[in-house]
Formats: sequence, structure tokens, C-alpha cells
Amino acid sequence: MVNYTKLIFEQSVQGRMGYSLPEAVFPCYSIKQLSSSILRHSSLDLPEVSELDVLRHFTNISNKNHGVETGFYPLGSCTMKYNPKMNEEIASYPAFNQLHPLQSPLQVQGVLKVYDELSRILSEISGLAAYSLNPFAGSQGELTGLMIMKAYHESRGDFKRTKVLVPDSAHGTNPASVAVCGMQVIEIKSTDKGTVDLEDLKNHLSDEIAGMMLTNPNTIGIFEKDICEISKVVHETGGLMYYDGANLNALLGMARPGDMGFDIMHINLHKTFSTPHGGGGPGSGPVGVVEKLVSFLPNPRVKHQDGMYYVEHSKDALGQVSGFFGNFKVWLRAYVYILSLGKEHIKEVGPLATLNANYIKDSIKDDYYLPIEGFCMHECVFDGLIDQSTGVKTLDVAKRLLDFGFHAPTIYFPLLFHQSIMIEPTEVESKQTLDEFIQAMKLVAHEARTNPDVVKNAPHTTPISRIDEVYAAKKMILTYKDYLAECALQK
Amino acid sequence: MSNVKSGLLYSKSHEWVQVVGDVATIGISDFAQAELGNVVFVDLPEVGASLHKEKEFGAVESVKAASDLISPVSGQVLEVNAGLVGEPELLNQDPYTHWLLKVKLSNIDELSKLLDAKSYEAFIK
Amino acid sequence: MHKYFPHTEHDLREMLSFLGIKDIKDLFVDIPEHVRFHGDYDIPTGMTEMQLRHHFQELAKLNRTLTVFSGFGAYDHYEPSVINHLVSRQEFLTSYTPYQPEVAQGTLQYIFEYQSMITALTGLDVSNASMYDGPTAAAEAMFMAEGMTKRKRFLVSTTIFPHVKEVLRTYAHYKGVEIDYIPMKDGHTDIEELKSMLSKEHSAIFVQKTNLFGIIEDHSTLGALAHSMGALLIVYADISTLSILRTPGEDDADIAIGDCQSLGIPLSFGGPYLGYMAVKKAHVRKMPGRICGLSYDKFGKRSFVLTLQAREQHIRREKANSNICSNQSLMALYVTIYLSLMGPHGIRKVNELSYQGAHYLYDQLLKTGKFEVAFDQPFLKEFTIKSLIPSHLIQEALQNNGFFGAYPLEQVNEEFEHLYNFAVTEKRTVEEIDRLVSVLGGLSW
Repeated sequence: MVNYTKLIFEQSVQGRMGYSLPEAVFPCYSIKQLSSSILRHSSLDLPEVSELDVLRHFTNISNKNHGVETGFYPLGSCTMKYNPKMNEEIASYPAFNQLHPLQSPLQVQGVLKVYDELSRILSEISGLAAYSLNPFAGSQGELTGLMIMKAYHESRGDFKRTKVLVPDSAHGTNPASVAVCGMQVIEIKSTDKGTVDLEDLKNHLSDEIAGMMLTNPNTIGIFEKDICEISKVVHETGGLMYYDGANLNALLGMARPGDMGFDIMHINLHKTFSTPHGGGGPGSGPVGVVEKLVSFLPNPRVKHQDGMYYVEHSKDALGQVSGFFGNFKVWLRAYVYILSLGKEHIKEVGPLATLNANYIKDSIKDDYYLPIEGFCMHECVFDGLIDQSTGVKTLDVAKRLLDFGFHAPTIYFPLLFHQSIMIEPTEVESKQTLDEFIQAMKLVAHEARTNPDVVKNAPHTTPISRIDEVYAAKKMILTYKDYLAECALQK
Repeated sequence: MSNVKSGLLYSKSHEWVQVVGDVATIGISDFAQAELGNVVFVDLPEVGASLHKEKEFGAVESVKAASDLISPVSGQVLEVNAGLVGEPELLNQDPYTHWLLKVKLSNIDELSKLLDAKSYEAFIK
Repeated sequence: MHKYFPHTEHDLREMLSFLGIKDIKDLFVDIPEHVRFHGDYDIPTGMTEMQLRHHFQELAKLNRTLTVFSGFGAYDHYEPSVINHLVSRQEFLTSYTPYQPEVAQGTLQYIFEYQSMITALTGLDVSNASMYDGPTAAAEAMFMAEGMTKRKRFLVSTTIFPHVKEVLRTYAHYKGVEIDYIPMKDGHTDIEELKSMLSKEHSAIFVQKTNLFGIIEDHSTLGALAHSMGALLIVYADISTLSILRTPGEDDADIAIGDCQSLGIPLSFGGPYLGYMAVKKAHVRKMPGRICGLSYDKFGKRSFVLTLQAREQHIRREKANSNICSNQSLMALYVTIYLSLMGPHGIRKVNELSYQGAHYLYDQLLKTGKFEVAFDQPFLKEFTIKSLIPSHLIQEALQNNGFFGAYPLEQVNEEFEHLYNFAVTEKRTVEEIDRLVSVLGGLSW
């Protein structure tokens, strides 16, 4: 039912129901006993549908989605790896589902043990001292990390450090997080090789610098080989080094951020540690720190003593960034994943992911312009087609790939290039899948030369074709009610 | 190639200025509208608001970008082109006819810092 | 080899030879030797599926699943069976953020439906695609008000949940927003005090219904009050209750935020939940988070797409209103499915049944003579009651009998000694309530 287009509201029939609830047993109590002035008087426009209506509706719309089990997701900087079923099975145990977050620690020792052990494992893998699993996503991890940075300087009575160095190649979240944390961004230039311009960095160092945010490998998929020098000069002027864990997958088994001089970092568990993206969340963005910053980690915290786990609220903490303990069932899944790989296999992740990326890079560089030569890390970046004579753009290439059953790569990021195509295969894709993808990329390049219209008008086989984004932004039809109003207006 | 209309003054943040007496009309350049793509929203100050040279006074938004409007001059807003709010695409159609604001200048000397059409054309090359 | 990695020895040889290298580690020439990691991480050895099952079944035994009689921001409501089946579909579970609308209409359509349902419940015009949780949505609302009014002070009622207050305090501190707290009177935001405190330096008034004591606050005058000072009204509410209670829209609020956990999302020790945010249409461009809009494809087929993206961090960078770059999409799917099943009557019935159970429990506790009225104020499914029984005796008795309840408010504020939180949902039976009352009524000290 690819043509299924109904909204759930459009199937509503007065009097239908999809729930099963008990009958009232205390009829002497009724909401009508409340004063009318505190009650709702407006109508409540929710659909009235049967259970089977609901199942069919959501099953039909789900069929319009691409998922990891549908096909390859070559999305650069997103690390779309397989989300193991075993993680799902364990996360669905009632003993995890039915726990109230305010239950006494004595009754949730199992959960607190997972928190504590996962924190220790993440510390070991990243070379840091301790973790908080509370941040809900990478972006909130960044913000939490910056709060730690600020809290650290303030705790030393140093209130002038309000500036944070961010490379111009950084993802937009970095500068946004700095601003939300009440600090200012100082942008550092990139060299033509795409790495941090060390001279420009040195020129911006001062006693107003709180620290530097860096992704390594950076957003172009290149390892910052001057990293030790960068850490050294930032530390020498009193700043802290923040590691954006967006690209941690490349380093598993090869290097640890803590060993490169990073003081604070976040990890996107939904990338490196296989938890499902869920169409945009829930994620999880644990934050780790070196020893001298441990006391600033957010509340609530999990501690253990004499084999018992307990919950701590510390006055030294930066504060609290989540209602409770973050996205428990997300970090639980990450823990299952790590235990299933174990020390024998987790170290293979970085090398295999990097091998896959380089294999793709070398296989299509005759058709797509490779702006930076040499080995890449876990992802590779192209700057559009080499032959652009027919006017086929990166967007067209991405859309045409959808027709071949592949999700599009990340496009127009990094911003350093105008026609960026960023491909990240992860370690879970086989050589056969990569070969099929390479073949499709080459075919699209061939079509771009010989039959450009088929590429420019792509996709042709997806549930919808290209969508009018200007209409969406101008009309702002954001709810079913808006839609009904617009329909009435057209009549 | 972007169209740079002669006889106007330009800022490096891509606003144009036309001055009659002590009243300046302000708009965005053809280069600016082309860079933005389809404009879907224009946010403008109210009549009576004060503008300060090189400070933002509003924003223009397209599907894929948003750009702050930076005032090329200082002064007080006399008139706002209300037509743009309902039809922001006019900026794409003709950015020189569809001005944004009319402003009473508070410091005529500031005009000397702006680029003439020729210099602006060189600037955007 | 591991079942998650498909590379055979043969594949590896072919790929390495294609790249002209001998060893996979030759790819890492850029990593300086002295920062390379050698050897094994100090972590456990890998487990088979059988071992994993055993390990987690044992670990699960260290948790106790109890009959829940407290809320305080997380409620034990009924979760229809259908939800879990649908949210487990890989098309929803494993898909990426819907940046390629041609292959993500499923996600986009349910987000559009979610937005429609959130606006219906809150009585406001526009909803975003969801946020992390209630408290962080509150912090985002605070920054939104700051951005809109350019005012650095924020006026917050002391009757909000302590965890919401703590997240607000944290975010405000780092951003440089100053919070003033409105005192309470009889467990309710003191409106007279509020009137005298509110100034033109405040970006917004922030209140909660039902509040930390479960009291249904009357916010009907606050919209006009806030607007008279050029400030916004922000209402924090458990969204399920808005099917019954006067809505933020009816209160003329500018922004409504809160948690959606009560709409079919399991307790899960506090997460994942999701925060909702709904605003008046005039404020849409200042609203953080993703938004989905309706449009048409080039053949005129109705479809959905993320829109108004120019507000967001990936475009605005340091000028964005917020650094948020995800939503709790899958949790929004839980909510959309839940509300589709419940419809307007089901959701009201959930609240009616909860109301009845809570009031029955309240009266029964008073009848034991061991509990007394703390506040004589209206409540819905959650209430605060006073008892002089020592807190540890209550907790011990409840735990021994398999209950989680009587959450002691002194844990969050010493001033609240002797006050206890109870919540009753439609899941609690008469037998469970009677048993709870008999356990508590039987205590002596």
C-alpha cells in the first residue's frame, strides 16, 4: 500500500474505540465535583478509531520508511550501524520497564549496576576517569561538557574565561552549544587539508579561553595529526580540551581521546554503540571527564560502596540536566552491545569501519571529486561529481541513489566544500554491499553524463517524489487543524 | 552573474541604500537574494524603532538558510514595506523594487563608508 | 569473526590488496604512534546470546517491580499492547532523522499527527516534533522567552516539581538568566505575591498544573497579567490531565511544556520519556526543535517534510535559539499511537478513573486517623497528605508489602517534613488500594 496517504484523523468515526479500560468502581467520585472554572471546556479533537485501524495505519505508513534492515545507510557523520535485536530483547524485560525513577536505590540495584559498569567501560574505552550517563543526546552532552568547563574555571575564581575555540569545520551544534552555555565562539580556520590551522589557533589563545572543542577524526573524516600539539598549547594557556564524540567509531581499538589530551567528551551511544536512531531519537550522550573534573559531573550520580549502589546529589556538581537518570533504556542497550562484542571484538570496530570507508573512497574517486588525498578514517568526503558539465548536482546524485534502494549519503556537509557528499559505511557492511553501492554510485555518474534528466528528476520509485519545501515553509500547515483550514480556504 | 544596480550604495553585508535628503531606503541586493534562494519569511522592525549601523535589525529566511539583516546606517524607521510579509518571494523577483525599510538618517557621514555599485560589484566577485 | 561483522579473511585480503596495503592498521598513519592504543581494553570478554540472556535475567533480579502509588512526574498508566508491536517495527525503530522525505514519510507523517494531537490537548496552535523530557523542555521554554523578550529575569513558582526547578536553575546559571521564585500560599502559587513581584524585567511567568503537591492551580488570570508587562506565560503540565483540566490555551498561555510519559510510555526508570512544547502561532519562529509541515510532491501528492529549519543549530550555528538537534521521535510515536487508540473518550476516562481512585485512597487514608489534610485544595490523580508516622516506618512497611508509594517530600525539601506524595492511576484496583490502606493504617509507633 505504497499509495496509502490517509491521516489517522481522516479515519475517525464517532463512537469507535481502540482502548480497553475498566468500568468505574467508585461512582461516588467524579471529576464533575471539581469547580468548572478549573476544567477544560474546549472540544478535544482526537481521532476515534478501532484497534485494527490503528495497526493498519501505522503499518502502512511505516512501509514508506527506509530503515537499517531495509538497506544500506551510507550517512556520513551519522554512524548508522546495525541495531542488534538482542539489545531490544533485553531492554524489553519487565524488570527494566516497570521501575519508577524515584524508587529506593535498594530496589533498583540492577539498574544502578548497569549505570556504574557502563560508566566504567566507557571510561576505559575513552581513557578518561568517570562518566555521567544522564545527558539525553549528543547535543545535550556537549552542553553538559561545556557547563563542566565553565564550572571548573569558576570554581578556581576565574570568571574571565568565556570564549571557546571551535574549528570552522565543526558541526553547527558546537557553536550553538557554546552560545546556550553563555559563552562566545572563536572560530579557528582550517588548512586546505581540512585540519585545524595551528598558527591561527595559536593567534587566538589567551587567558580568556575556556577551552577548545574538537572532533577527531574531524568532520571531514581526517585525523587531526597535530592533536598533541593542539592539546599542549591549549592546556598551556589554561584552557580545557573538549572532544566531540560524534566520530568516535573510527577510534575504537586504535586510540583513546583521553590519551590525546582531551579533558571532557561526550559519546553518542546511538552512533558508536549501536542503539537505534528511532527516526531522530531517543539518543543518549554520556559525558566523561578526567580526574580533576569528576566532582563537576551532573546530579543525580550513581556511586558504589561495599558492593552496594547508591544515588548521590552533590553540591559540587554543575547542577542537573535531566529529570532523572537520562535515557536509561538507551544506555542499557549500549551496555548489552558492548558485552556482546567484548574486549575481543570491540577493538575491531574502528579498523573495519575505516577499511570500508577507504575501500569506497578509492573505488569511486574516478567519478567523484576527491578534494583531500590520502587515507581517510571511518568516512570519506567527495566534492560532487568530477564531470559537472550536465549540471547534475550533489542533491540529484543523492536522490537518484534512493531509486537503487540505498539511503542517500550526507550531503552539503561538511560546509568546507560546496557539493559535499559524505559517506560512512560502518563496520557492519559486507564487501558485497559495498560493491553494490559502488556500482550504483558509478552508474549514477554515468547517467549524469548520458541521461542527466533521469538524475535531476530522481527519485522515481520512492513513495513520493521531490517535495515542495517552499510551500511547506510559507504555508506553515503544521497540524491537521491547519490543513482543514487551508482546504476550506481553497474552496 | 548578479545584477548590481547602479546609483545605489551597498554594504558588505549585502544591503543596498538609496538616499533622498535625509531619508534612506534600504533593501537587499540581488546577490543576497540569489545566495539565500527562495525567501519564505522576512522579519522587520516596527515603525519608530532605532537602527544602529552594523547592528542587526531583522532577518530574511529561506528554506535552507537564514540571514540577519545588518543595518548599513543609523536612524529611525519611518516606514516598513508591509507587502513583503505576505509575499516574501517578491525579494527574489526584484530585490531593487521591493525595499525593506525607509529610515530617517541620524548620521549622514556614515554613508561615506558604504560601497558604490562598482566597488560592490568587485567585492562580490 | 563476530556475527555483527561480515568480513571474511578472503574479503579482508581483497580489500587490503585493492588499497595497496598489507595490514589494516596501515590505514591509521595519521595517528601518532605515542597516542595509539595497543592491546585490549580492560572490559569483560564477549558473551554469546545465551550468556547475555542469563546475565541480564540475573541482573534483573536485583530490581524489584512494585505496585506504584506515587507519581511526582512519572506515572504508572496503562500501556495498550498495540504500542509495543508497532514501535518495534524496524522501519520506525532503526530509521534516521527524516532529512530525506522521499524515504521517510512514515516518520514525518506520525510527527505531523503527533503535532496535531499535542496542539489539540494543550489548546495551543503549534507543537514541535518533541524534546528530551519535561524538565529540559522547560529550560528550552525559558530560553525561548529570553530570546523573544530580550529580558534576563525569569519568574518561577515555587510550586513546580523540584527536578524541573533544578534543571531550570542549572540552565539559567550557565546562560546568565536570573530566576526569581514566587512563594506559595496553601500549596498554590501565591497570585498576590506574583502580582507584586512581576516587573518589566521578567521574560515570563512559569507555573505548573497540577503542581508538585498535585494541586490543580487556577491560572486563568495569569495570561493577562503576564501580557500587561510584556512578559509571556509558560505553563508546565502533565499532558494527559489536559484532556480534563483547563488548558494552557484557555489560560492564554504563550508556551505549554511538560512530559508526555503519561501517554503510553513505560516508567523505565526515568527514560526515555519525551517533553512536549506547544506555542501560539505567532511565536513559531522562536520555537526550538524540529517541526514537520505538510506539502505536496511534484505530482501533487500530499506529503510531509521538516520545515522552518532555518531556525535550527545546523544552519544558525551560534545564533540558533537552541542547540537541540534531535527529538525523541520514537517516543512521539508511542504518544501518537496511544492517543489514536484512546481517542477523546479514552483519555478522559483514564483521568476520570485515576481521579476516582485517588480520591477514594485519599478519603480512606484520612479515615485511618493516621493521615491528615495537608492542603484543602482540588487535585486530580496525585495528592499530598500529611502524616506524623516516621518516614522510615512507612517506607519499610510499603516495601515489605510490594508497594512503591508515599514518596516523602522531605527528600526534596526539608521544609516538607511529614508530607507524602500519592498517585493513583487507572491501573490500580480496589483491592490494591484497600491493601495499601490496611498496611498504612496498621502502622503504630
